[in-house]
Amino acid sequence: MSYIGIVITYVFIQNFILVQFMGLCPFIGVSKNSESAIGMGVAVTFVTAITSVVCWAVSYFFLIPFGLEYLQTIAYILVIAALVQLVEMIIRKMSPGLYQALGIYLPLITTNCAVLGIAVINADNGYNMLESFVAGLAAGLGFTMAIILMSNIREKLEMTPVRRVFRGVPIAFISAGLMALAFMMFDKSLITNLHLA
Amino acid sequence: MSHINELTKGIFKENPTFIIMLGMCPTLGVSTQVSNAIGMGLSVIFVLTCSNIFISLLRKIIPDSVRIPCYIVIIASFVTIVEMVLHAYVPSVYEALGVYLPLIVVNCIILGRAEAFAGKNGVLDSALDGIGMGVGFTLSLSLIALIREVLGAGTITLFPMGSFSGVITLPGLSASPVRVLTLAAGALLLMGYLKAFFQWKTERCKGGKA
Repeated sequence: MSYIGIVITYVFIQNFILVQFMGLCPFIGVSKNSESAIGMGVAVTFVTAITSVVCWAVSYFFLIPFGLEYLQTIAYILVIAALVQLVEMIIRKMSPGLYQALGIYLPLITTNCAVLGIAVINADNGYNMLESFVAGLAAGLGFTMAIILMSNIREKLEMTPVRRVFRGVPIAFISAGLMALAFMMFDKSLITNLHLA
Repeated sequence: MSHINELTKGIFKENPTFIIMLGMCPTLGVSTQVSNAIGMGLSVIFVLTCSNIFISLLRKIIPDSVRIPCYIVIIASFVTIVEMVLHAYVPSVYEALGVYLPLIVVNCIILGRAEAFAGKNGVLDSALDGIGMGVGFTLSLSLIALIREVLGAGTITLFPMGSFSGVITLPGLSASPVRVLTLAAGALLLMGYLKAFFQWKTERCKGGKA
């Protein structure tokens, strides 16, 4: 599949939040205002892009030559934990404001399904290094797009009268459901029609 | 008495899915069929109980500053065991769970219980806590899967046993199912309504007691 095909697949057709449900915890938790949503999106995109490359390298240079594919899950999660620690240190140094805004959710990127998810999906699809990188970047961008859209919807919802039992998380889920319904218009035929397969 | 409390709190009072809202990704991702939900639930019970026991045993040895990576490695080892066992003995479930199986490692419930409970409590309590939370997760996952499959496809898929194919077809519903519930959008909508129902229920319980 071409690189544009990969980007369209992971941003729209297989959107990590709205189609695959990966990274729902930060999606619901951090989407209350658009500033922290953008910060979270950027941090996740950064981590997914780098993780994809590093995990590809780990499996290409260590796991496959030594026949250790069964250790894939453990190896990947260690790589991710180390990378997230690194990103945390960089953000704390470069932008203390963003660091404050992301708060507890920054270390939680380690346990964000989207990060381990993209690494496993890359391995399952047998992508090469550049394809892995593009897929990771696109998955992160899809996540960022969904979380920014969601934060704008939730800012509007704050001003809207909502029945008490639906306030907060339930209405957020229902809004996400309606967004997912809209995203159903993107499917595999898009790739075929654009001749990107 | 308190031991029983550790076991039952995960099922209702601190239900991981509906009350603490942890581990949403697998909950929505694999709840298209009842059999997948049960397979996922059993895997989580196993991993959660074993990791809780091990972390509780090692809690005095693991240094505080590196405890999260240690927990993750312990959890990842048990997930690898589950992956290999399912791949060898129940390949159909292994195929169906797909990417969500390695994702048990990053299921917030497991790390959350390790951090909040097993790292501070004794072995017996931690094991019971793991079983209770796992059962609570399995029950809520199966509930979501049951609603989605019955309304969305008009069937209930269980495991094939002997002459029984494993699929129960419901006559009225399978002809004209609410197809959207089996899709991604339906899962999110259903989760919103279920959460609203639980919020309403909690509020009413509190109102009744006051």
